[in-house]
Amino acid sequence: MAPRSIVIGMLAFLLAAAVAPALPTWLVSLATVAFANALVVLGLVILWRAGLVPFGQALYYAVGAYSVALITRYSGVRDVLAMLAAAAALSGLVGYLTGFLLARYREIFFSMLSLALSMILYGVLVKTETLGSTDGFHVDSPTYFGAAPQGGMRLLVLFWLVLACCSLSALLVSLYFRSVAGALAIPARDSEIRLEFLGVSVNRLIHLNLVIAATLAGIGGALAAIAVEHVDPDMSYWTTSGGFVFVTILAGAGSVAAAFVGSLLFELLKSIAYDVLPGTWQIFLGAVLLLTILFLPGGIGSLFMRRRRPEPAS
Amino acid sequence: MLTAFAILTDGLVYAAYLFLVGVGLTLIFGVMRILNVAHGSFYAYGAYAAAVAVGVYFDAGLPAAGGFLLMVLVAMAVGLVLGLIIERGVLRRVYGRDEVVVVLVTYAVFLILEDAIKLIWGPDSYALYQPLGVTGTVDVGGLVLSGYDIGLVAFAGLLAAAGSLALKRTRWGRLLTVVIFDRELAAAFGINVSVVYTATFVLGAMLGALGGAAMAPKISVTLGIGVEVIVLAFAVVVIGGLGSIDGAFIGALVVGLCRAAAVHLVPQIELFVIYAVMALVLVLRPQGLFARAQPRKI
Repeated sequence: MAPRSIVIGMLAFLLAAAVAPALPTWLVSLATVAFANALVVLGLVILWRAGLVPFGQALYYAVGAYSVALITRYSGVRDVLAMLAAAAALSGLVGYLTGFLLARYREIFFSMLSLALSMILYGVLVKTETLGSTDGFHVDSPTYFGAAPQGGMRLLVLFWLVLACCSLSALLVSLYFRSVAGALAIPARDSEIRLEFLGVSVNRLIHLNLVIAATLAGIGGALAAIAVEHVDPDMSYWTTSGGFVFVTILAGAGSVAAAFVGSLLFELLKSIAYDVLPGTWQIFLGAVLLLTILFLPGGIGSLFMRRRRPEPAS
Repeated sequence: MLTAFAILTDGLVYAAYLFLVGVGLTLIFGVMRILNVAHGSFYAYGAYAAAVAVGVYFDAGLPAAGGFLLMVLVAMAVGLVLGLIIERGVLRRVYGRDEVVVVLVTYAVFLILEDAIKLIWGPDSYALYQPLGVTGTVDVGGLVLSGYDIGLVAFAGLLAAAGSLALKRTRWGRLLTVVIFDRELAAAFGINVSVVYTATFVLGAMLGALGGAAMAPKISVTLGIGVEVIVLAFAVVVIGGLGSIDGAFIGALVVGLCRAAAVHLVPQIELFVIYAVMALVLVLRPQGLFARAQPRKI
């Protein structure tokens, strides 16, 4: 990402934050969830660059969500930043530990192993009474630096928080992509052995990417849990992971911006589909995904990329 | 002792079910390298179609044997129609694309088919109770077993043997093996790979639908049965080795017995024991217990 596009991206986030008070409530709450999920998708974009597609990213999403939920249930901590930090640390730790296993695998085996791990968590959550079993449980509203906004303000403040998290993550990930470690992901996908000969440990590189993606997913899950004020085991089910991969493909996985635009578009599509075809909205989603893959192989982002200069050897 | 026997019988019945579901998935993956998420839908459609058709048949008071034949025929018809439409209409356009993209295509098809169920059969659930009544129960050493379960195990065993034999002994099976090992070489030798692909996908779809039809009497045929089955089938074929029919057989046995043991001994872990086994196998032997290792791509 060129510095100019970073500036444009940051301005877009500022603009979104500025116009939020004038927007209808449904749109703000939709965008809140969309941008929270976009952090997970951002993690998938990072892995995608290295040629990896996890079908179990919901594992870290659920870890983040449940750590926030458990904090509000079993402790007096209500500060939102402390909760987010805990969620990020825990999901990053889980990502680090599972990374020792996952970093050794590629292609479909990687996808399947990550799916298996997330389904193990699902099984644990469903069977554990203290974690709310299949119903999940309620998440209390957090406080923001000691303040507890009420009513419409609550939603707005949360939206601003999500935007802040997103812009910070987008900035850091853009910088990461421009760093040596970030730039190595693409050669790692193209030819692992060549990279190993140059003295780079591809496993360690992928391990690093896995931890970053897991941390992002954890923060996304934590924000989503705060936004919907509820957690349940479905957050770790394979269909949730499938949804994230769906958005990644829809957006085109080409850039940092794609994660956010794609996620917003996905939530919008979902709510339109839900409006138009209440009982059968998945048909609509499936058709959109199918048509995107068939006719827009580069994702929706490719519609806007055409006039730009081609990216150097990616 | 009785518990051990119960674990064995429950495990075998569950394994038979898993094998029926998994074998079509592994066949399609073995030949076409497609991890078919829509397989769960084939299962669901087979179950729905059988529940409706066979239910009507039994209600008409016709002889029971025909009911079981009808179950198989309905499943094959469902597999034929769905398989042809999806392979010819959709998958054909994405051959050669990234493996993961093709998975996503089948995921899209799965989403569409899942909701189409509501349009075709409505949101109500169906119960196909007659076959269990007809086959009755058998008392074996203090355990009451359902005759239908015994038949299911026998059927799955026969199917495994027939599939394995057909692949190794018949002309079609050998052609298929050639395509599995090297698609381009097979095409160069004049094998019509395109026809092999279509036939394989339709056969896999039929097997998936057959799994659903066979399970219809034992479950409540309701929305969402395909969602659960698909990850189970993944686990089975990954454990056995993607693309290996013998592997699917062993994988089904391993998973079936593990789950039955968990249900009887430690019910808390029932839901994830399968995925724990899957993760363990992937860690120790990523290509699965039976598949041959792939050379590393340079």
